[in-house]
This record gives sequence, structure tokens and C-alpha cells, in this order.
Amino acid sequence: MNDVILSLEGVGKVFPGVVALSDVSLSIARGETHIVLGENGAGKSTLIKLLAGIYEPDTGTIAFNGAAYQPKSPHDAQQSGIRIVHQELNLLPYLSIAENLMLENLPRRAFGIVDRKALNSRAVTLLKEVGLDVDPRTRVEALGVAQMQLVEIAKALSYDSKLLVLDEPTATLTPPEIERLFSIIKRLKARGVTIIYISHRLHEVFDIGERVTVLRNGRLVATRDLHGLTVPDLVRMMIGRDIADEYSFDDTIVPGKVALSVANLKRNAATPAISFDVRHGEILGVAGLVGSGRTEAMRVLFGADPKLDGVIEIDGKPVAIAAPKDAVRHGLSLLTEDRKGQGLLLDLAVDKNITITDLSKVSRNGLLNRRAEAAAANDLVGQLRVKASSIEQAVRNLSGGNQQKVVLAKWLFRGTSTLILDEPTRGVDIGARREIYQLLWMLAAQQKGIIMVSSDLPELMGMCHRIIVFSKNRIVGEVPRAEFDQERILSLAYQEYVRP
Amino acid sequence: MTETSEPLVSAPVSPGRAKFLRFLIRDAGVLLALVLITLFFSATAPYFATPDNALKIFVQIAINTVLAAGMTFVILTGGIDLSVGSVLALCTVVGATIMINEDLSPAAAITLSLLACMATGAVCGFLNGWISTRWKIPSFIVTLGMLNMAAGAARVVSDNSTITGLPQSFVDFGNLIIGGFLPSIFLVAVLVIAAGWFVLRFTVFGRMIFAVGTNDEAVRLSGHNPDFYKVAAFTISGLTAGIAAMVYLLRLNIGSPIAGVGYELNAIAAVIIGGTSLSGGKGSIIGTLVGACILQVLSTGLQLLGVGDNFKPIVIGLVIVLAVILDAYRERLLRRIR
Repeated sequence: MNDVILSLEGVGKVFPGVVALSDVSLSIARGETHIVLGENGAGKSTLIKLLAGIYEPDTGTIAFNGAAYQPKSPHDAQQSGIRIVHQELNLLPYLSIAENLMLENLPRRAFGIVDRKALNSRAVTLLKEVGLDVDPRTRVEALGVAQMQLVEIAKALSYDSKLLVLDEPTATLTPPEIERLFSIIKRLKARGVTIIYISHRLHEVFDIGERVTVLRNGRLVATRDLHGLTVPDLVRMMIGRDIADEYSFDDTIVPGKVALSVANLKRNAATPAISFDVRHGEILGVAGLVGSGRTEAMRVLFGADPKLDGVIEIDGKPVAIAAPKDAVRHGLSLLTEDRKGQGLLLDLAVDKNITITDLSKVSRNGLLNRRAEAAAANDLVGQLRVKASSIEQAVRNLSGGNQQKVVLAKWLFRGTSTLILDEPTRGVDIGARREIYQLLWMLAAQQKGIIMVSSDLPELMGMCHRIIVFSKNRIVGEVPRAEFDQERILSLAYQEYVRP
Repeated sequence: MTETSEPLVSAPVSPGRAKFLRFLIRDAGVLLALVLITLFFSATAPYFATPDNALKIFVQIAINTVLAAGMTFVILTGGIDLSVGSVLALCTVVGATIMINEDLSPAAAITLSLLACMATGAVCGFLNGWISTRWKIPSFIVTLGMLNMAAGAARVVSDNSTITGLPQSFVDFGNLIIGGFLPSIFLVAVLVIAAGWFVLRFTVFGRMIFAVGTNDEAVRLSGHNPDFYKVAAFTISGLTAGIAAMVYLLRLNIGSPIAGVGYELNAIAAVIIGGTSLSGGKGSIIGTLVGACILQVLSTGLQLLGVGDNFKPIVIGLVIVLAVILDAYRERLLRRIR
């Protein structure tokens, strides 16, 4: 490897309380697609932020394109030719695609007036390169996540970037969207763009990567050729031990009586009525494409959004659920898709996040008993193995997996009879994911009903007794465990979309 | 951290030390600023460091402190209450009208007046909260409306005139300096702050105020009704405006429809200088007390230094802006420690 585009030499970064990166040395060849793996908290985000000019390293040096690389801001980084596509996309929703693409360098006519014609025609060229066939005058808010991602990549191309960093680009994409993204990545590679690709989905990295670097606890474990490695190899490198069976379906748990049943639930006049049920001790999978109405159905069921019609029964008795507080009172819990925006009090400490679901348990006559609260929180933090410096640490500073465990802890604190989980493992590393799976099995063994919404089909097939499939707001099918088949479920998920 | 979980990577800041740093940055900063400003004026301004002047400052901060205490609740939930100044005016005329009623004994008149002040304020505050949550309107706008309505109502109730002739015992209590160092109205202010501190720190209600200000949607999805706490915070702010009106009557002995003009801005300034974040969820009521002290010490000190009335607001304005800048900086520091 003689043509090195990016090299890190002994790079370290320390935050009060945490060593985020320590002595990382790494070199990336021009034109390669380099995979970076690691659990949440392993140091991937810090690494990206160093490259993006958001942080400066405390120790070590970075060289890019043959010169020392010391960006003071994201702008510096872009100027040097490094472009990051962050996991949370940074587009301006109310501007058009074209404006977003060339925001920092709008083509101008006299008196600083934007040259719309040039703007849109350049945008068309860029969009063509990423295979996105949409009018560049469309507002970004009207796009789906996958399309937005492509816009971000097109934006990176518009700056003639030499190094593109993709941070979990497939986290919210469906399989065909992923395939398209990969073909675009390959095309970029053919053009000589170097790519650093970060992902949690281990199966996919073999399709596009040449070499892989694994981080663990802020340290570099190894950099290897992907050729010849297997998924279990990667897992072992990431967590430092073997994982025999990721899901470990527990067939000793036999579902009992119906815990929750939903009949003819309608969100509004335009959406079809849906019915389903979940039994005590059952894990019910909910499959479907992003935007197929899964999340919406769960939110209506939980009272988070208004419902038009429908009967909800808990243990055979009809219940009125007009707001989340009714749902919670009847023993339902909802782990939302958007854990930062809707699940957590990010700036408050771990203990306060856990007890929020039922402060009456740690108070008397309206007065908080801080000692009881700390004991309860410590108990759950230990049980769920939440990695935090203490229960007083703000949840914002925990990794994704640990944040998700805090959300679970808050519902365990309340005590739940049926748990609705919307994308419980999104953005969660493999170690924490395993622990969440085990926790779900434990809850199922305690005869709780569990509804698990997920875009990760192998996960659903590994975990669930039964899977119902959403397609365009409709439940189009139900597949029992014995008949699980990836193709069948996928074709159900697409059913309503392919029809004329 | 429990034994079962893997330790984080080595931690240069221990939890205990982080806690102390947090305290230093979040709480002690404003207090330190107050001490430095006080020392500065003590050294430079004639008469500043005299017992008389200290008493005067205590008397002068009472009204603003009471208003700012209620304002802290509202700002912690992420709202703002622009109406407290004119609600105070309305309450002073309502309270004074009742107090000068000669059919009542002084004791009865005073008691009734206090209750009426608190009730009037609370109703105004409730309306603020109810309207803004029921129709999802920014509290900035709703309370701006209330500012005008309460000011108008104060004129209607008082027939646009100043009300004088409060009972002598009431006036005497207002002038009372307990033990020669504690003005009665400052005591009222301290009691209000103490009550607010207790509620915010030790009660379930206080916890919910912080939680709602941090993320009301998460609170709602955790099975609560965040609007209840928002309405309650506005009601508390109205209630403290009523109490502040009584303090006003104690201090100035008149009910006036033009009382309280601009008071809301002083109250907001005290809360912000005291370190409470305008976006909600972060702050402390003790900080608010310190913030109110800083404002008054500056005002008095500048006056004693001979800075003209025209320049004084410029300096105070600068301090407010500085406080907000420091607040943003402080957040960044805290985020690194937590």
C-alpha cells in the first residue's frame, strides 16, 4: 500500500470521565472502501468527529493527502476534501434539493441573485450521479430517508470530495434501497473516491469493503483484509468474545392467553382498519417497510396519536385509551422509534429517567425519597448492565445501546404487562443488542406480551413467535414461526406497493 | 456503577470531583459574581458598604425576587410569562380596594385582601397556562395578551386612579425591620424563595417541572399529562405576582393601575442571570435569588458611583447579555463533565 490518503498516528482523545480514543494508528489507501466497526461507545463517533473538524485530537497526528491535517471546523474539513454523511442527516427540510446541494456555493448572477437555471441544471447532473430521479426543485421535507441520504451523498460529490465518510448509512434503509446505495458506492469507488464506511450491519460490509478496522473501548483492535473473514470473526473482534447464536430463540416459552387485542383500529378515514393480538409470553413481530404504518399503528394503540375507531382489549376486557397515560395505567409500555426525541430526558440523569414512569413508588405524600430512588435506579442499572459512570450521569452522554437500556429500565420500573418496542435495536451495538434480546426473553418468560417492530428481518425471524406484516397501512399477512421465510415476508411487505 | 457492569474506560474525573465541578460551574458561578460585584462597589462606591445601604438593597429586591420565583417555574417548563407586571398592578388595586373597605376590621380586611390578591394572580396565571396549552399557542403571545388585559382591568377596577389609605397596622408591618437587620418584606421574599426551593428540589411536582422542561413529549409518552404541569407553573407565576402585589402594597402603601410596568423584564433577567436556561429544564431558584441580588447591587452601586440614570440601563443590559453568553458557555462545560 504505497498511496496512502489518510493516516492517523497515535491519535487519542480524552473527555472528562471517558477516554474516547486512545493511541489509534491507521492508514487508508487512496480509492479503498474501508469499513470501521465497533460497538457503541467504541470510539467510532469520536473518530468521525476528529475527521470532521468537530474535535481536535489531544495526542497524535493526522495526515491527509500528504499534508498534516488539522481542521479547526467542519468547513476546514470540507475545504480539504473530507466530507461526512452523518447518521442524523443535516439537510434543510424547507429548501429544495438543489438549494441543499449547493447551499455553500450557490451559482449567482449579477447583484447576488441566485441563478436558478444553473442551480437546477447542476443539481440534475449531481442527482443523476447518485441515481436519484427526482425534480431538484422538490423540497427536501417531501423525501424519504433513503432519498435524503442520496441527496447528502450527492452534496458530498458536489464538493469534489476525496474522502467520503458514511456513518451508518443503512440504518433506516430497506433492502432494495441498500442495494441501490451499494451500487452507488461502488460507482464512486470506481471514480477513485476513498470511502470510510461505518455500520452495525455486519453482513452487508462484505459486499462493499476491502479492509476493516475494528475499535473497542477507544482502542484499535485490528485492521484486516475483509477477504477471508466471517461475521463471527468480526463479532469476536468487536466484543472480544464469541457469540454462538445471536438470537437464541427460547422454545421453552409457550404463549398463554391473549394479553392485548386490537380490533378494527382506524387512525383516520383514509387508513384501513387493522386488527391483531398478542399473547402473554409471546413475542409478536411487526414487519414492514419504513413508512408502512407500523409505527403509526403502535402510536395510536398507545394513545400517543388520536384514533378514529377501534376496540382495544386487555386480558379480554375493553379499555378506553385516549392518551398515553391511559395506556400506561392499563399496563402498556411503549419504547419509541425515536429514543432521543421521545423516549428520554437527555439532560437529566439516569435515575431521573428511570423513575419518571412512576414517581409514586419513590415518594410519599408528594415528597421524593432520593435514597429509595437511587436504590431502585441502581438496581435496574445493575440488572440491565447499563454502562454509566453513575446513576447521576446525564443520559445524553451514554452510548445508544445504554440509552436504550435506560428506556427499558424505565418501563421495568413502572411494571408492564405488554411492551411495545419500536425498532428497539436501531443504532444499538451487537453486545447491547444481545443483552436486550435476553431481556426480552426474560420478560416473555414472565408472561409479558411483547410487540416488536423492526426493520431488521433476521432479528424478527430470530426472536418472534409470529410475525405480522404491514404494507401501506394494512396488515397483509401473518406468518407463524414454523413458516418463517425471508422472501415470503418481504414479498408481503411489498405487496401493496407493487400493485398498479 | 455496579459491580456487574464493565467499567468505563479509565476515568480521569471521579464522580465526586465531577459533582463538585458541576456545582462550581452551575451554581457557584453566579454567587461568585455577586460577591465580586459587591466587593468592587464596596471598594469604590462611597456609602455602599454601610448597613443602611444593605437594608435598602434588601427592601428593594423584595418585589422582584417574589416575581422571579414564580417566573423560575414557568421558564423551567420552557415557557415565559410577560404578564406578571400588569397582573401585579391589577392585584394591587384589587387588594387596596378591599383593604380600604371600612366595613371590615383591619385584620379581616388585610386577610381578605391577601387572599384576593393571590386568587386574582392565580386566575390570571391559570388562564395564561390553560390558553397556551389548550390551543398550543406560544406562551410569549398569550402572556403578552394578558399583559394588556390585566393592565386594562387594573384601570377599570381602580377607575384609573391611585388607591391610598391602607390600614395603619398594615403600613407599620411593611416598614418593620425585624431585629434591626431583616426588613419584613425581604423576609416574605426569602420565604417565597424557600418554598419554591423546597418544591423544586424535594417534591414529585418539582421533578415533573424539570422533566416537562427537558422533554415534554417524552413525559407525555411516559404516561403523564405535561400540560397539567405547564398550567400549574403559570398558575404559580400568577400566584407569586399576587404575593408580589402585597409586597408592593407593604412597601409603597398605594394600589396603582400603573404599578409594575417593566417588572416582568426584571424578573426574567433575574431568572436568566441566576442560571436558569430559557429553553427549560435547567436551573435553580436559589440562582434566581442571587440573580435578583446582582441586578439590584449593580443598580445601587452604579448610582452611588455617580453613573447617571441614562447610563445605568446600558450597563445592566450588558450584564444580562453577558449572563446569557456565560450560560451558553457553561452548558458546554457541563456537557463535557457529565
